[in-house]
Amino acid sequence: MCLGIPGEIVELLPDRADLATVEVAGVRRAISVGLLDGPVRPGDWVLVHVGFAMSRIDESEAAATLALLNGLGPAYADELQALAESDIT
Amino acid sequence: MRFVDEYRDARTARALAARIAELCEPGRRYTFMEVCGGHTHTIYKHGVEDHLPPNVNLVHGPGCPVCVIPMGRVDDAIAIAREPDVIMTSFGDMMRVPGGEGSFLDAKAAGADIRMVYSPLDALRIARQNPGRRVVFMAIGFETTAPSTAMTVLRAAAEGLANFSVFCNHVMIIPAIKAILDSPDLRLDGFIGPGHVSTVIGCRPYAFIAEEHGKPLVCCGFEPLDVLQSIHMLLRQLAEGRAEVENQYTRVVPWEGNGRALEAIGKVMELRPYFEWRGLGFISHSALRLRDAYAAHDAERIFQVPGVRVADPKACQCGEVLKGVLKPWECKVFGTACTPETPIGTCMVSSEGACAAYYNFGRFTRSRAKEATTA
Repeated sequence: MCLGIPGEIVELLPDRADLATVEVAGVRRAISVGLLDGPVRPGDWVLVHVGFAMSRIDESEAAATLALLNGLGPAYADELQALAESDIT
Repeated sequence: MRFVDEYRDARTARALAARIAELCEPGRRYTFMEVCGGHTHTIYKHGVEDHLPPNVNLVHGPGCPVCVIPMGRVDDAIAIAREPDVIMTSFGDMMRVPGGEGSFLDAKAAGADIRMVYSPLDALRIARQNPGRRVVFMAIGFETTAPSTAMTVLRAAAEGLANFSVFCNHVMIIPAIKAILDSPDLRLDGFIGPGHVSTVIGCRPYAFIAEEHGKPLVCCGFEPLDVLQSIHMLLRQLAEGRAEVENQYTRVVPWEGNGRALEAIGKVMELRPYFEWRGLGFISHSALRLRDAYAAHDAERIFQVPGVRVADPKACQCGEVLKGVLKPWECKVFGTACTPETPIGTCMVSSEGACAAYYNFGRFTRSRAKEATTA
């Protein structure tokens, strides 16, 4: 229940400003975006909790954390490379 | 899955583990509490403890919303569910939580209309589709789920859905952490801070832990590398003699939290003078109820709620597990009388409960685990 899932906004619902369609692991579902500040656009990543987008996922911060995790020494340079090549979107 | 898989890499985990080991002073024992049940789940599922030196000890905190619901509240909810025309709706986690007289599942088997929902908005839809029925949502959770309940109540009010109400059991994390810090049973060196609660409340409310109690807290994400990195950040603070609030989960947690979510909670809910927590007893100003303005959607005012206190079964030691005093397998009934199929205590029910997580993913046998902890 408290485990949030990352999802990508794929569509806004024209007649319901507070809802948007997200894609989570291949599943599309309408969720509420009423708790987010500012405009929501397709391509935005959000953390989904019990049918609500609770938070935006900051892509640059996600990359920064990964860079920190991967900057663990020269032995892990290939790891960085592998990560850079893996695009799971 | 994006933003998940990247944070599960085994080689990076091993590298982090080596750095964690370097930071540990020989002969010193470190005890960190992971406040949130989601972290407990991650730690057991991915075997995070296997990557830690033996002198780093993780204890589980009270942050499992299902686990801290006292038995009396389950009985109250079942009493509401048995009222005429009621459809009780609940997150799946709640269904097997035992009250004094059985669980939601038992009540459902006995004829009550109790339905599992993913979101409070699903409950709202059921209310819309069943105008002749009274739909109640069993609202549980910390600040993570409270905004969703609040938004749903606002929506119900806006739509004039008079047949929708909420049985509010929302609790707050800060009073629980205070109770842990005031408990004499436990010596902690720092906290692995709740991640998703912090998306709502931000990082500021934890400042007292660092300033008044001199203990570091790191807001932490839910993947194994997040947990390892947070432990590394805690150890670095200790090594450098610092006690600060830090944020490891920057990709999701803004330092200031989610203003809109806090606003929604504040608009719809107010503090209860006190609330009973399983294992922790009564804690003042630790839970939320609906404001008078939303009394029409407050199940506690619409229905006669018995409000009976039910003592936990004697054999059950959930209280000690929730306070981090006992490890799950040290409970007398763990894995024998109490299993996820037939739970005695709440910690065995929710996937975020320490006992269920340990039971489902624990690779130690009970006796080996005991040897390991006493060695």
